[in-house]
Order: sequence, then structure tokens, then C-alpha cells
Amino acid sequence: MLKVENLDVYYGNIHALHAVSFEVKEGEIVTLIGANGAGKTTTLHAISGLIPIAAGSVRFLDQDLTSLTPHKIVELGLTQVPEGRRIFANLTVKENLEMGAFTRKDRKGVNDDYERIFTRFPRLKERLKQVAGTLSGGEQQMLAIARTLMSRPKLVLMDEPSMGLAPLLVKEIFDIIKEINATGTTILLVEQNAQLALTIADRAYVLETGRVVLQGDAKELANSEEVRKAYLGG
Amino acid sequence: MSTKKTAVVCFLVVAVVLLLLYTLVALRIIDEYTSQVLTVAGINVIIALGLNLISGFTGQLALGHAGFMAVGAYTTAALVMKLNVPIFPAMLGGALMAALFGFLIGLPTLRLRGDYLAIVTLGFGEIIRVVMINLPKLTGGPAGLKGIPTFTTNFFWRPVLSFAMVYFTLALVVVFLSNLLKSSHGKAIISIREDEIAANAMGINVFYYKIFAFTLSAFIGGLGGALYAPFFGYLSPNMFNFQKSVEFLIIVVLGGMGNLTGTVLAGIGLTYLQEILRFLKDYRLVIYPVILIIVMIFQPSGVMGLFGNREFSLTAIINKLIGKSPNREKSADKAGEV
Ligand SMILES: Nc1ncnc2c1ncn2[C@@H]1O[C@H](COP(=O)(O)OP(=O)(O)OP(=O)(O)O)[C@@H](O)[C@H]1O
Ligand SMILES: [Mg+2]
Repeated sequence: MLKVENLDVYYGNIHALHAVSFEVKEGEIVTLIGANGAGKTTTLHAISGLIPIAAGSVRFLDQDLTSLTPHKIVELGLTQVPEGRRIFANLTVKENLEMGAFTRKDRKGVNDDYERIFTRFPRLKERLKQVAGTLSGGEQQMLAIARTLMSRPKLVLMDEPSMGLAPLLVKEIFDIIKEINATGTTILLVEQNAQLALTIADRAYVLETGRVVLQGDAKELANSEEVRKAYLGG
Repeated sequence: MSTKKTAVVCFLVVAVVLLLLYTLVALRIIDEYTSQVLTVAGINVIIALGLNLISGFTGQLALGHAGFMAVGAYTTAALVMKLNVPIFPAMLGGALMAALFGFLIGLPTLRLRGDYLAIVTLGFGEIIRVVMINLPKLTGGPAGLKGIPTFTTNFFWRPVLSFAMVYFTLALVVVFLSNLLKSSHGKAIISIREDEIAANAMGINVFYYKIFAFTLSAFIGGLGGALYAPFFGYLSPNMFNFQKSVEFLIIVVLGGMGNLTGTVLAGIGLTYLQEILRFLKDYRLVIYPVILIIVMIFQPSGVMGLFGNREFSLTAIINKLIGKSPNREKSADKAGEV
């Protein structure tokens, strides 16, 4: 579904990604794990067209994304839940969801999706008219996910959805991710919380200073000596 | 009451209020001086509304709206005086010329993130002024451009007509902007201010909407200038200096970034204050920065921040008066009518 090959990204002189290659197949949850500054967010931004690519290719559903603008990429069915939630703080919950559906023209489908979102996130339904900035951290993360789902994506990129949340909430968010995947949406999950990410993912890639250093089946990686030492605290 | 009926009632209320003011001016119950100050205030409000669109709602700081005002004013004057274009098409021409300048400035600068727009518009405002000084054939140079045909030469009707023109235009701009901001285009513009990266990630064409908002903002700035020329009948480059651009910004900040009602109130209030403080001569130039600093420290969300940043909405008031519990959709709606 998504095929990234030899991706190179620079920030000025800083060479942030070195020939990064990986693949996400339809229906999978693939996780990209790595420490602070490994290049995870950079990879997602490059895929979404938010930053320029120096070399390499990104293909999604047999389309070349490298020359497309971000909104065209969303229209194709690839949307991200940005790192740090980035909800529209002064807009209401309802308006945030509307912005998620911005690229869509099918009124009826959008209305159906509101209902679907409300059953999955009943807490958001109760707070529709509330200004989003006043939501709790967990609610904001749910809103960020719900907003992205409103674009009816085929592939969702999630950037550290567990960031800054209490363990109980993290579990809730991960349950939601599994549910979303179970209803047919493919997921590329970026996480620092490698342990948790590996339990729900099918496959995983390990990123270190802008390079893919390990890859494989999520369960095997979770048990491998190298990963345990570096990312799972022994 | 149906939305349609409420809208009609709103329209009538606004029409009656405008007519009433107009009558008071026409009967000289509001004296000529007051009506002139009110007219200047109206023009300031129009331009500040334009600035609020790009700086308050879209979140892109612009520091050169006096420049767009100048382009609007001089283009209108030139069209009328050199090409004998009738006044209304000439005014539209002035506003369109300002919009063209806005578009050309926005194209290279709005692609970049950060405060490039602030720097470039600041430069633009100054360059326009210098160009006006050095084009004496077209602008009368530093001495100014005299003898611009006014709305009417009739001594009695002149202030009345200027007043009516300005406030009619102001009402149009407010209705247009408040509807725009409620639409999905308006929400796209606001979400750019809220979080540019998220807006981009949600598939909003950020560059397109920035250009759109800035061009429209420049158009409205030009419209203010286009009203100014036939109102005063005289233009001089130094009317459009940096100080003037800062005045518009202070109106926007004082009223509340991203609040139309606040801009209207602050625009009228500040124009009056400026008149009251006229005896201070040049020292009053110090007042503005002081006001700005005080607002930034104690009430950064502006006057309307004190009222939950709500917009004044005639619809809501009418619904309340006739005892209809306003439906929840409406009362939570922050954008207002007129
Ligand atoms: N805008 C930028 N300008 C310059 N360098 C940047 C920029 N954004 C990221 N970098 C650098 O690129 C590298 C990768 O950053 P990135 O944000 O992709 O890491 P990450 O894996 O997402 O980290 P984290 O887990 O902390 O979010 C880092 O060394 C970072 O300092
Ligand atoms: Mg990151």
C-alpha cells in the first residue's frame, strides 16, 4: 500500500534521513520505533508532503507522492495524526471534526462518519460545542484521531499518540487504534513507547539517527536481544 | 422565527439605524465636526477589518495597510482626474489595484513560514510612500494632490453623503466578512492561525487560503483608501506613513485579534480618542504605543476578550427579545451578524 524507498531528507545542512526504506501492506499495523531525534516525525512529514524530499521515492496505492501537495495526498486517502495532537484550540470540537472532513465533498458520507465517530468516541459527542483547547489531554488525543478519521483515510500515520498520557489513557488510545485497524484502516504507528507499539503491531522498523537499523515481525523484534537492550529496558 | 425572517428583520434594523444616523447628520443635529470624525472612524474601521482578516483571523502579521490605503486612494483619484472615470467604478478600481498589490506581495512571501509577511509589508508601506512622493505628475508629489472631485460639491450634502457612503460600505464589509468567516473557507482560514501544520495535514491548501485572505485584506484596505479620496478631496503621501499602519494594527489588537465587533468598537473609540487628544500635538503619537503595551500586558485578547470573545449578533438579540430560546447551534456560534 505504502512503499518508501531510499528516502533522504535534509534540514539545511542536517542530514535527517539516510536512505530510509520500508513498506506498509494493506490491513497492517506497522510501527516505526526509535529514540528521540531518530527521524520518525521527519519520515511522516516527508510522506505527507509537509517537508521536501531530497532523494528517494514514496509510493501510495501505486501513485508517486513525491511531487504532490499535502492536500492532494489527503484526498488520496493518506492522513496523519500529528505529533503533539495539534488540535485547533480555539475552535469547537465540532468545528475540529469539520476541518478533518475538509477535502470531502460527499455530504452524506460525512454525516455517516460523524455518527460512526460519536459511537466510537462518546466523550467527544458530549463535548461537541466545547472549545477544543479546554479538553483534557486524553480527550484532545481522541479528538486528533477522530479529526483525522473524518477524512476517511485508507492509511493513517500516527505520530506518538501515547505522548504525555497516563498509562490508563495510553491503553485506551491503543485499544482505539486496534479497533480502527480492525475496521479496515491501515496504520503506520510511530512510537517511543516501543514495548506497547510492538504488542499491537504486525511488523516493525527500528530507526536510529535517520537510518533503518532493524526490521521484522513485531513479536520477534520484541523478543530480540538487541531491541530489548536498546528500547525495552533490558 | 425562521432564519430568513430573522435576516430580514436584521436588515431592517440596520437600515433603520443607518437612516436614523443619516437623518441626524443631515439635520445637523450631529454637527459637521462630529460627522467628519465619525466618517474618518468608519474608514479606519473598514481598513482595520481588512487587517484583522489577515492578522487576526489568518494569523499572519501585516504592517503595511496604510500602503494599501494609499494605493486605493491614489488610484481612485487618478482614475477620476486623469481618465474621467465616474466615481464608483473608480473606487472599485482603487480597491482592485490594492488587491493586485496584495496578491503580488503575497505570492512570494506567504509560501514561507514565519514573519516574512510582516517585514515585506512594512517595506511595501514605506516604498509606496516614497514612490508617491516621487511621482509628482500623478500624485502631486510631496505637496499633495488637490482638487479631487468629492462625492458632491454641494456644501450642505457633502458630509452627509460621505457619511452615508462610508457607513453603507462598512455594513457591507461586516456582513460579507462575518458570512465568509462562518463558511468552510472561513474555518479553513482560522485553522491556519490555530495551527498551520495541522491545517496542512488535514488537507487544507494553506498557501491558497493565505493568498486569498491577504488579497481580500488588501482589497478592503484599498476600499478604505478609495472612500478617503473623495471624502477629503486632498491626498498627501505622508497621510499614509508607518504610523498610520500601526494605528490600524492597534485598533485590531485593542478590539481583539479575530473579533469583528471589537474592531468596530476600537476603531470608533480610538479615532475619537485621537481627536480628544489633539491638544497634545505630536505627543499623542506616544499614546498609541503606550495603549498597545498596556493592552498586551493586561488584556492580550483585547476588549472583546472580556466578553468571551463573542461577536455581537443581532439575530441572537432579536431571538431573545421575541422570547425564542435560541437554538443551541446559534448561541454557541461565535461569528456574528452585522
Ligand atoms: N525543522 C527542523 N530543522 C532542523 N532540524 C530538525 C528540524 N526538525 C527536526 N530536525 C532534526 O532532525 C532529526 C530528526 O528529528 P525528528 O523530529 O524526525 O525526530 P523524532 O524521531 O520524531 O524524535 P521525537 O521522538 O523526539 O519526536 C533531529 O536530529 C532533529 O534535531
Ligand atoms: Mg517526533
